Amino acid sequence: MARFKKKNDKGTPGLNMGSMSDIIFMLLFFFMVITTMRESSLIVKITVPQATEVQKLEKKSLVSYINVGVPLEPQKYGSEPRIQLNDEIAEVSNIADFVESERASHNEADRPFLSTAIKADKEVRMGTISDIKQELRKNGAFKLIYTTSRRAK
Amino acid sequence: MAKRSTPGLNTSSMADISFLLLTFFLMTSSINTDMGISRRLPPPAPENQEDKPEIHKRNIFVVKINSHDALLFDGEIGDIKDLKTRAKDFLGNPQDREDLPEKMEMDIPLLGTYKVSKGVISLQNDRGTSYDMYIQVQNELTAAVNEMRDELCHIKFGKAYADASSAQQEAIDKAIPVAISEAEPTKIGGNK
Repeated sequence: MARFKKKNDKGTPGLNMGSMSDIIFMLLFFFMVITTMRESSLIVKITVPQATEVQKLEKKSLVSYINVGVPLEPQKYGSEPRIQLNDEIAEVSNIADFVESERASHNEADRPFLSTAIKADKEVRMGTISDIKQELRKNGAFKLIYTTSRRAK
Repeated sequence: MAKRSTPGLNTSSMADISFLLLTFFLMTSSINTDMGISRRLPPPAPENQEDKPEIHKRNIFVVKINSHDALLFDGEIGDIKDLKTRAKDFLGNPQDREDLPEKMEMDIPLLGTYKVSKGVISLQNDRGTSYDMYIQVQNELTAAVNEMRDELCHIKFGKAYADASSAQQEAIDKAIPVAISEAEPTKIGGNK
């Protein structure tokens, strides 16, 4: 019996839990920093082209996105590049409504500063992009941004 | 068996380590900011307009991209690497050559009288051109304009364009406008 008692006496030293909070905070901050608030998830595959002369988008709330790419679910939407507005696959003719609803959702003071970002996949043909541009022109959305990623010079 | 207890770990440096890691990730990771090339679309052309505004031939620099992503500028097949220098030569016209664009004297605040080039780069692409190629061309043309602005800023204000005040940048923007005109899309020789 003495043996057992001796073993119990030794015990394991308690871990110092004081630094746990530091680690948790670190993780918290890390995820806070790397996550981006995304309003709609992409349902088309997009690899944006690279460019050197890029500018940062000024006010994110004033930018509306038009995504163009090959759908992630080809059995549902086909394998040709499609346009995604908000959360659904759309046609070029839907852009007019899209621009109008974007305009309606901002107050009057902000409306002149609204811009449209075209986020398109590298492989998309210019035909689609031209159609979008023509549609935007018709609807008076003249400020346009081609979303690209930065390439080292 | 000798009785010994494990000494407690000194954890006071843990906080330091975690802060170090925290700052490391703070500095290396970036919030996924979107970047891009901004452009301004022209207002739609009136339908009943028959006569196009006349632009002198010397004032236009035509850049065409076909459906195979091949480039044609100024009537010759060219490489994208040369596009920037060609565009700069065209817009700048430093020797006031006869076959390169005319200049118009304009009064610009902060700069005084400056000869603004009347040159316009006309970009035409096919419906089958890939978006990547189109962006590369836009990028080169933007680079040409940006470099010229930077050079002018160094001459006039002695600093880089990025460091200039917004009033100075505005003046420079007026002196060297982004003169890129995009033709209505065509469908010639497209195979896609």
